[in-house]
Amino acid sequence: METYQTGQHFISASRFGVLCLQRCSSTRLGCNKWLLDFPVLCIGEEQPKNCFTELQVLKGHFDIVRFLVQIDDFRCASAGDDGLVLVWNVETGERLQELRGHSQQITAITTITCKNEVTLNTSLITASSDRSLSLWDPDTGNRVQTISDLHSSVKCLLVLERLCVWLSGGEELCVWNRDFQLQCQRPNHRITALIELPKNYIAAAMDKKISKISADSSLSVAEIRCLSDHQDQIRALINVNDGLFASGSHMGELILWNATEWNLLAYEHILWEESQDYNQTEIRMGAPKPSEMSIQHLTTNGNLILAAVGSGLYVYSVQTRSVVAYRKVAHDSNVLHTMLLSDCELMSCSEDGSVRMWEIQDLPLPAEPASSGFFGMWSFGRSNKQSGPPSKKVIDIPNIRMLELTGDLIGHSGAVQMFVSFTEKGLVTCSADHLLILWKNGERQSRLRSLALFQKLEERGGL
Amino acid sequence: MIGSPDVVAFAKEDEYGQTSPDPWPLPEEFSVPLYPLADSNPWAKTSYAKFTKDFILISEFSEQVGPQPLLTIPDDPKVCGTFDLNYFSLRIMSVDYQASFVGHPPGTGYPRLSFVEDSRVVLGDSKEGAFAYVHHLTLYDLEARGFVRPFCMAYVAADEKKIMLQFQELSLRFSQASECLKAGNRRAFAKELQRKLRDLEYTHSVLQREEGLQREAGPQSMYSAHAVEKANELANVEKSIFEHRDLLKQISSYHRRPRRDPHAVTCQKCVDECLSECEELLNKYAKIAYPCGYSEKAGKGEDGQGHPRGQGEDDDDDEEEGVKRKLSYTPQLIKAKSAKCFDKRLKTLQELCDKTFYEATVALLKETERSFRGDLCYLYTRRLDKALQRKQRVTAFLFEEDLSDDDEDELGTLRPFCAVNHAVDNYVLLNPPPIVLTPEPHELDALERPEHLDPASETSVTQESELGLGESHLESSPSDQTLETQESSEETKGSFSSDKSGVGLAEMQQGLVSMKSEAPDPDSDLTPDPNHNLERESSSEEMETTAGEDEGETGGHQTPVSLLEVVSELEANREEECEGVSGSELLAPIDTACCMAQEGFLYEASAPEAVPRLCQNSHLQPSQTLVVNQEPQALLPLQDDYTVGSPCSESPVTGLELPSGLLGDAVSRTSAEDGSDCTMSASTGSDQTASPLGYGAVVTLRQRKKAGQGALRFVRQYPFAIQALWCLLSGRTLVVLGADEGRVRRLVAALALFVPAPGKCGERVQAWLSCPFTLTDLQRWKLIGLQRVASPLGSSMLYSLSRYSRYISILDADQTTLRCPPYRGQLLTNIADHRTYIRRGSTYFLHLQSTLCHLAAKAFLFTFTHHLHLPVSATEGPEVVESRRRCFLQEQLGLGEEDSQILLYLSQLITQQYLQPNGSSAAAPSFSFNYTTSILYKI
Repeated sequence: METYQTGQHFISASRFGVLCLQRCSSTRLGCNKWLLDFPVLCIGEEQPKNCFTELQVLKGHFDIVRFLVQIDDFRCASAGDDGLVLVWNVETGERLQELRGHSQQITAITTITCKNEVTLNTSLITASSDRSLSLWDPDTGNRVQTISDLHSSVKCLLVLERLCVWLSGGEELCVWNRDFQLQCQRPNHRITALIELPKNYIAAAMDKKISKISADSSLSVAEIRCLSDHQDQIRALINVNDGLFASGSHMGELILWNATEWNLLAYEHILWEESQDYNQTEIRMGAPKPSEMSIQHLTTNGNLILAAVGSGLYVYSVQTRSVVAYRKVAHDSNVLHTMLLSDCELMSCSEDGSVRMWEIQDLPLPAEPASSGFFGMWSFGRSNKQSGPPSKKVIDIPNIRMLELTGDLIGHSGAVQMFVSFTEKGLVTCSADHLLILWKNGERQSRLRSLALFQKLEERGGL
Repeated sequence: MIGSPDVVAFAKEDEYGQTSPDPWPLPEEFSVPLYPLADSNPWAKTSYAKFTKDFILISEFSEQVGPQPLLTIPDDPKVCGTFDLNYFSLRIMSVDYQASFVGHPPGTGYPRLSFVEDSRVVLGDSKEGAFAYVHHLTLYDLEARGFVRPFCMAYVAADEKKIMLQFQELSLRFSQASECLKAGNRRAFAKELQRKLRDLEYTHSVLQREEGLQREAGPQSMYSAHAVEKANELANVEKSIFEHRDLLKQISSYHRRPRRDPHAVTCQKCVDECLSECEELLNKYAKIAYPCGYSEKAGKGEDGQGHPRGQGEDDDDDEEEGVKRKLSYTPQLIKAKSAKCFDKRLKTLQELCDKTFYEATVALLKETERSFRGDLCYLYTRRLDKALQRKQRVTAFLFEEDLSDDDEDELGTLRPFCAVNHAVDNYVLLNPPPIVLTPEPHELDALERPEHLDPASETSVTQESELGLGESHLESSPSDQTLETQESSEETKGSFSSDKSGVGLAEMQQGLVSMKSEAPDPDSDLTPDPNHNLERESSSEEMETTAGEDEGETGGHQTPVSLLEVVSELEANREEECEGVSGSELLAPIDTACCMAQEGFLYEASAPEAVPRLCQNSHLQPSQTLVVNQEPQALLPLQDDYTVGSPCSESPVTGLELPSGLLGDAVSRTSAEDGSDCTMSASTGSDQTASPLGYGAVVTLRQRKKAGQGALRFVRQYPFAIQALWCLLSGRTLVVLGADEGRVRRLVAALALFVPAPGKCGERVQAWLSCPFTLTDLQRWKLIGLQRVASPLGSSMLYSLSRYSRYISILDADQTTLRCPPYRGQLLTNIADHRTYIRRGSTYFLHLQSTLCHLAAKAFLFTFTHHLHLPVSATEGPEVVESRRRCFLQEQLGLGEEDSQILLYLSQLITQQYLQPNGSSAAAPSFSFNYTTSILYKI
């Protein structure tokens, strides 16, 4: 959705081809909705709640950086299309290791932890388009294990700590043990995402279906059940809590599943349809683009699910089974990655090159009904597929809250692909402009530097 | 015969004390003399000097023609004018101050080399108006009478006081030059001895053979006149060999002698090299110690290549084959009678010393000459300035120009000095791995043995000393003994090849190869004599009488040596001055201002509009040209300063134009964005090839003072200048946007004065950028000149401007607007007052410097005050510290919110600099900013 301001009028074009023309000084009646939909997204230069007042630009990649994984509380690894994996010290911004070996872009990366008697050893598993898998030691930079000549490139990785195995998904599903020995293999899948479910089950997203696969201690994989409620390609699959998992599809369907019962709990079709408003001129233009409602990313903290839908953000409450807050146009372009920092704080990054921080706030005027819902919402007791276009059923949600922009981080000149938060130590973002940026709290850094200064002063016994 | 020179220096305490009762009490070495004296015009003396500026004169006492001048530094006939160098040489060389005794001392059979310490005197010729510090030294020459050649180096100035008060330093500098010359001379002398010995040895063998033939011919010829003559000749040659061997031994024992000269600190490296070289030679010729037992076999084993082919004694053809290929040197028969004294050509100074050493000495003297330019007052203030800066090492990087290392010498520290290495260090930063050539004591013992060394130990010796290896290669190469220069070059090549594995060849510049290869370890520390005696300035070995005259005064005139005590006091004065309080004791800062202002006249066309407090010195101005003209016009190799292609800047178009020079403007207009314009404009009026030894501080200062004019213009012209300055000082990148390159460059050059920690080469300033910038650029540059273009490129540039607008302030040079956060502080009002009374750029520059210095001092205090940053007790949280910091900034320093930001930024820079002194960190630099709203300022 794009908006333009021409003098005193806003023109907005929605994905349904609705061109809305509205005066800026429109009536209070229409204003409510207006405020929710089209707030001033550029919050300006005054950002008192934004604590990231220092940055470090980390260079080293030669192509788009797509993945970031946290290794421990001060290290992270970045990987991207140049096939390089770089290990960084987040505290200092130093590049600790450079893991070279893949000739093509990295398609998946994850950490695997080995418990020794004393220590926890974290290693990295990477998968690349050159159809190889590698195990790296991030302390030494050594390539500990490698497997090449796979039949296809691996799209996703899942480590099952309990069973001491890990899975790779792509055209085929393979189970490996820690020593990189193939345990078993199932061909003819197109797995895009894998999550672990209770009782040694695994959910694998394959195109429009979700397969329940048992991976028991005998280390064999068998497909138990197949859920095919999605009408489009599944883009995101996450564990919500012990009993629930969620999936999001390309056309904006968000489905909440029961992990044990293996049935559909809630079906939410997020679409932005403008409700009939009074003083708007509507011109219907063409068909909607599905990418604008595609669920790019899902995150959860157990209570809330944050969905990145097109360039918007939706916060879905698991308890109430409803959207509690949303922002249809949170970014200028598609949102690529999100994170829930707490129950009321979240963060998102987008193709427009910015990272934004949001706060879920109560509406300033709670008495006034907030919105009449711009998304359809259905609950199904059954798991059968819904046919036909969903009927519009508007449910009033009185306690919908507001997503307020509290700060943005501008630094990247390309799409921000991902970010990892190290809480008070900072935030690492990676981007298509080949850079990583380490955002830090300037005051904290200054305090640390002072500490170091006085330590050095003491060591040297004076200036 | 010649009028004896009037010896004025340090001659008699009382005499000197009477003429000026106590003008320089100098309780501390750092105080500035109360100058000028009330009764005398300090410039008067220069009026009847026949030369325009100070120069260095090298003269020799030639045994053929008497005293003669050899060269002057600077080598410009205009310098001396009508001054009679011949006559002056006569004056300064007419007395043998060193009193070198040569010839055969009683009791010894061989001639002895006299090891004479240098002598230092101040001579004056009041009629000529010339005064000179004269440094006498003696070099060795095998062909000279008594093997010695007396030389002297003189610093000639019109100002007697200047010589007197700079005596210590002059002495130090000239001692260094002298040591360098002497080191080269010893090397050359040893080489000459080697050649001579080889010839003698050859002659000896030929004579022996002839004698043998005669002996075979029959006993009747044994006593023929011819045979007797031959025998005498042989005996003479043998004696000569003994003599020369002895000389070689003497010259190699040179360094074992205790030095009484406190300034004669030589570089350990050179000493070692020379020693090992000499010992190598000694070993080589030790066999002739037993000349009667001289056998062909021994000769061949040791020095086979010395024998010409076809002598018929070869019994080992294989060995001879190997040797034959190397044969290029033909020894010459030594005539029994040497040439007449006046027939021979005396060696030039350049030939007497190794070429490398000679050049290094000249370079050193040039630097000396440069560093003593200007009048005494100027020298004092500059030294004060430097001493103060040295005190502020922690914060000096913020606003002061870089101090070069060789400033250490000026302080009079007796650092072991090697001119060769010195010169090399100025060229290449890379330190070559030191070649350790330790003298082997057993070699000396070996000398005493009459037997020749067996080949095995010989090879072990050559392996031990790499230079010796080079030397032994050399043995075969020289073809002609007269081609000294050629040989020396070959020698250096040889020694170079010995250690080139350790040195990056690519790093070397052409022509420096030889110097580099000999570059000694800079860290090698030769401790000066323990009985370091400051009072003995002229320490002649033999003569106490002449030296006695030189004693005495010296103690009272150690002026420049360590002037650090008063620093704090002067610092305080400085601060007072910047607050407008000027008392009578503030002479030092005022002098500084005076000098600067005078200097300013040189390049400022504007009419002098003296600041009131300068008026008291304004009577100096009529004659100031005489002095100021001595100032170097431009002598900095600009790579020290603002140039392209310096390793510290990555951008192709980096570099800072010299501000507001006429040429600079012209160039910047004509030049396209090719990046080469920076070099061109930076070379304004400077002679880059003038000297390899950069004297960074001087010209940087000059450039900065020029920039002061631009800065003053900026401040007076733009009402929002204060905001712009605040942006720069608080670390917010300022982008100067404009279509006209010259205008933008001028603005950037002017504003660059305000960039804290601009870097040695101005790395934090980008004068002209014509492509969109990125976040990394903002991090790297604190001041950017950006081209405004009306093209698609321009739109992407504007996009980057608006995208990163939170990190930058934009000064639009075309529309004269400034977009930046509001500044309401008071701290900068006195440097950014557009109604300022300051009219001259250099004055403004000084005013600015004092303010910035003040700021830096506050930032230092703030940074290193523990409780402002860290909790005092464990119970304190960060909020308490924060509030304490705020309180300190507001209440104690009286700074508002925005002013505090300046201090915080400076403090951050200091912290970073302190933690990583060289900026050497594997981590990326961090970039701080804050989220504040900007507003647009218009004129």
